[in-house]
Amino acid sequence: MPELGVILKLLFLVLVVMGALLPVITWVERKQSAVMQDRIGANRADILGIRLIGLLHPLADVLKLFGKEDVVPLGANRWMHLVAPVIALVPGIITLAVVPFAGVYDFGGGPISMVAADLDWGMLYVFAVGSIATYGTVIAGWSSNSNWGLLGSLRGSAQMISYEVTMGLSLVGLFMCFNSLKLQEIAQAQDATFRVFGFLEAFGWVHALPRWLSFVKLPMWGIVLQPLGFILFLTCIMAENKRPPFDVPEGESEIVAGYHMEYSGMRFGLFYTAEFLEIPVIAMIVTTLFLGGWTIPWFSTQKIIGALNGTIGVGAATGLCLILHVLSFFLKVIVMIWLQMQIRWTLPRFRYDQVMDLCWKIMLPLSLANVFVTGIVILGIERLYR
Amino acid sequence: MSTGAFLFYLFAAVAILASLGMVLNIRNTVASAMSLVVAMISLGAIYVLLEAYLVAAIQIMVYAGAIVVLFLFVVMLLNLRSDVFPVARSRLPKIFGIVLSGWGLFVFLRLLRGTLPAVSPAPEGYGGFRELGKALFTRYVLPFEATSFLLLAAIVGAVILAKRRID
Repeated sequence: MPELGVILKLLFLVLVVMGALLPVITWVERKQSAVMQDRIGANRADILGIRLIGLLHPLADVLKLFGKEDVVPLGANRWMHLVAPVIALVPGIITLAVVPFAGVYDFGGGPISMVAADLDWGMLYVFAVGSIATYGTVIAGWSSNSNWGLLGSLRGSAQMISYEVTMGLSLVGLFMCFNSLKLQEIAQAQDATFRVFGFLEAFGWVHALPRWLSFVKLPMWGIVLQPLGFILFLTCIMAENKRPPFDVPEGESEIVAGYHMEYSGMRFGLFYTAEFLEIPVIAMIVTTLFLGGWTIPWFSTQKIIGALNGTIGVGAATGLCLILHVLSFFLKVIVMIWLQMQIRWTLPRFRYDQVMDLCWKIMLPLSLANVFVTGIVILGIERLYR
Repeated sequence: MSTGAFLFYLFAAVAILASLGMVLNIRNTVASAMSLVVAMISLGAIYVLLEAYLVAAIQIMVYAGAIVVLFLFVVMLLNLRSDVFPVARSRLPKIFGIVLSGWGLFVFLRLLRGTLPAVSPAPEGYGGFRELGKALFTRYVLPFEATSFLLLAAIVGAVILAKRRID
């Protein structure tokens, strides 16, 4: 029954993200800010005196938010005011459907791909779903009948539309390298390694170089093939999430709290959740595209299964390989989450014109140049090996 | 009814209701624009059912995700209401609309009466981004480049208009 598999895979990812990563990220957010500002941070919430270094605070937060009054401001468009937080939250969750958290395995009944929806147009789906998230911001600010809210939502939507353009262009080079838009195929292509100085052999004078050079191998990760693309994409997707240093839509010092100013109780909690949910989702997308996804560097799937099946049999070796790949994937995801949190607590907020200048005057030309140079290099390599 | 047919009727109904909502919501311009978004998204879903994935993605990304947001910008910034709009003096649009929808109804009724001609199944990869990209950059490269030129002219025009305000 294929539907059951799809549901199980999606459920697994949603449970890991919502149940494990999300509460821990909100805790890290507080503790890290405390460490960086020389404070102790949240540590008071307890159950029967057990405090667990503040890990119970996410639970206390949710209980508190559910208990609060849900205020709809006077003169607000009630229906849209109520629906906006949901629009903000949903895109992050349904993006999880196309994230491959492990490879393709054959347990005897045909290949099983460890992704809920193995779409040929996977990255287009991610872009399309991400562009819907803009409406959460726009509607929230407008429906509140508040000038601060409206200013925040205008800033937010302008920022999100602008960065979407650069985000798409910054990935074109990567798509050219892997010749696919399917996330599982992109991840599988990164399972390979390549000889860094292999191209030198096409020239006649290669014998003058030391021999070990030709044995230097690097994993064929997106970050190795497209370092500039990685930086551009990470910047854009973080700007899409509207977290500091890109949090001008909610800039407290200028427009109070921006687009979600008039929200209270769990509806504010939904915006909060949407923002924190996108951190692991961003980490997963970036990991799959640039950090090799579920692959283990220098140890390809065939190598692992081939080394193990002599001792424990093919089925057990494949199962073990699956577990190793899932662990590898989540390890990389946690590294990417750490990187995002580090950026968030290191850089101050940009000014609004700086956000726009960065996008249109610096990153857009750079991403176009990246596409151009990648095309030339790919054509050159094809010429070299013909 | 197969799942595909059910989904088609579902999204078709949503698209029709949302389009009606867009036209009839003259008092609240933002609600009207949001109905347009819902119509766009259900059209995107119908494209997915037709296996035209690239068109579906672009429908949602460009139309629902960017163009209607710009509509909303204008509506919100100008705070437009129905009483601001001037009443149309000319009867020409009305007559044109009646003739056009009458023609649509006529075609629809003709289709209902007759049987559809048999259609050969689409070739492999039809509607996918690979096939579409190849067609765009080989067979239709001239219209494609002409469109990009048109867009460039529009951008230059917009920049000049915006500059004039500031200077």
